[in-house]
Amino acid sequence: MPLLSVDSLQVRYGAVEAVRGIGFEIHPGEIVAFLGANGAGKSSTLNALAGLVPVASGRVVFDGTDITHHAPERLAPMGMTLTPEGRRIFGTLTVEENLRMGAYGVSDRAEMDAAWARVYELFPILFERRSQYAGTLSGGQQQMLAVGRSLMSNPRLLLLDEPSLGLAPKIVEQIFELIGVLRDQGVTLVVVEQNVAMALEIADRGYVMSGGRIVSSGTAGDLSQADRLQAAYLGAE
Amino acid sequence: MDLFLQQTTNALALGGTYALLALGLAVVFSIMGLINFAHGELMTIAGYVLMYCGIAGVPFVVSVPLAICASMVAAVLMERIAFRPVRNGSGATMLITSFAVAMILQVLFQNFISARSQAVLLPAFLSDSFKIGGMVIGVNKIVAIVATVVMLIFLDRFMNHQKTGIAMRAAAEDFAVARLMGIRANTVIAGAFALSGLLAGVAAVLWVSQRASVDPLMGFTPVLKAFIAAILGGLGSLRGAVAGGFTLGFIEVYLAAFLPPELQEFRDPIGLCIVVVLLLFRPNGLVPSSVLKAVKV
Repeated sequence: MPLLSVDSLQVRYGAVEAVRGIGFEIHPGEIVAFLGANGAGKSSTLNALAGLVPVASGRVVFDGTDITHHAPERLAPMGMTLTPEGRRIFGTLTVEENLRMGAYGVSDRAEMDAAWARVYELFPILFERRSQYAGTLSGGQQQMLAVGRSLMSNPRLLLLDEPSLGLAPKIVEQIFELIGVLRDQGVTLVVVEQNVAMALEIADRGYVMSGGRIVSSGTAGDLSQADRLQAAYLGAE
Repeated sequence: MDLFLQQTTNALALGGTYALLALGLAVVFSIMGLINFAHGELMTIAGYVLMYCGIAGVPFVVSVPLAICASMVAAVLMERIAFRPVRNGSGATMLITSFAVAMILQVLFQNFISARSQAVLLPAFLSDSFKIGGMVIGVNKIVAIVATVVMLIFLDRFMNHQKTGIAMRAAAEDFAVARLMGIRANTVIAGAFALSGLLAGVAAVLWVSQRASVDPLMGFTPVLKAFIAAILGGLGSLRGAVAGGFTLGFIEVYLAAFLPPELQEFRDPIGLCIVVVLLLFRPNGLVPSSVLKAVKV
């Protein structure tokens, strides 16, 4: 059974149709990349899944539950969360407070302790900087905090929107390494990325979006050779 | 010198009350972008509870918590009934809604309680005063200063150490992402209103204990002052609300005390001019909100 299945998902901003009825499935343990040029509808898709923008029509089922019209705050406790584009950490809160907010819905003491241990083990720098205001961290550290904050809720499905955006190449490598580590820890990942080469290197499968539609899909190996990928980016669709 | 110190005590007492009111406005504004002009009516409600308790002979130690609770409950109900339906509306929609709430409550007070000012029975000790050196200080002034300090310490601890308080700060910075964390929008907003009701309730007790009366329109002046204080401090900034409240209190009290008699009738315009001049130099307020997306022209 797929962990997440999406059927004819449509997202509108007023008269603009950002996502035009797409469908896909995510299976447990996968890393799935969403590729495509700016404005292709990738971020809108993730935001709709997370409940940040309303779904105009279609159906989203997570782990057997219809979450199409769920408020965003109900998803983290169910095991699905989004690390939004641009990191959007709480700059006026300390690193520790940011992480504490990530675990907002976790009430079980042991689960909470495990989450702290896991995040501080993955990102020792966050432990070092725990009492510092998050706004004073570097870009790479902020991205680690954003991912760490998402991990505090122990998600089974993590949606990552442009995790490498605006980061130095060395940090980008670390982020992609991290994605692999998370998969090994049992997290299913959906990654929206501009960095196509690295995304396809780490992903199992991918979907290519253009103009709000999925124009191509397949295994990462297939996609790295397909012409349609180029077409989607060059706008030849 | 004694006069100066005595007026400084008065300024701290008045400024503290303004600070509590401005904080109440700021807590709600920082989270949902609403300037709640019905905040003053929360004070009026607390004032009437004090009045009825006085008539019924309820001891002051009981009537004060009752009044504060009434103000909190009224604030939460106000959010649930009036503001939740327009939560996703524009700032202007919410502002007009708050005017409507204020006016409806004023009319209800006028028709069901009394259009005129009512006396509030207060314990005698509040109107006592004592001498330190050459200063004469009213007990009610000391009570106001102590209550303000206690509330500020409580608020600081709540916002920095309680999970709900931290969630309110997170929601003030980025509401959508706060919801992604599992922080429920309704809980945070209801919490912000409860907190603003608490602050309005305490401010009302202090306000009434200086005047010993309540009337249906009593909330208007203090909420207007609190609004000025919140703007002066930096709208949406909690530290700013405190700074603005005290600054406004000092300006008003010092002008009343030290302005020459022939200028006294221009006291309020002069006070507001000082506020405008301060804003000219610090357009985003004394302690601007750190999440303010200021537009520079």
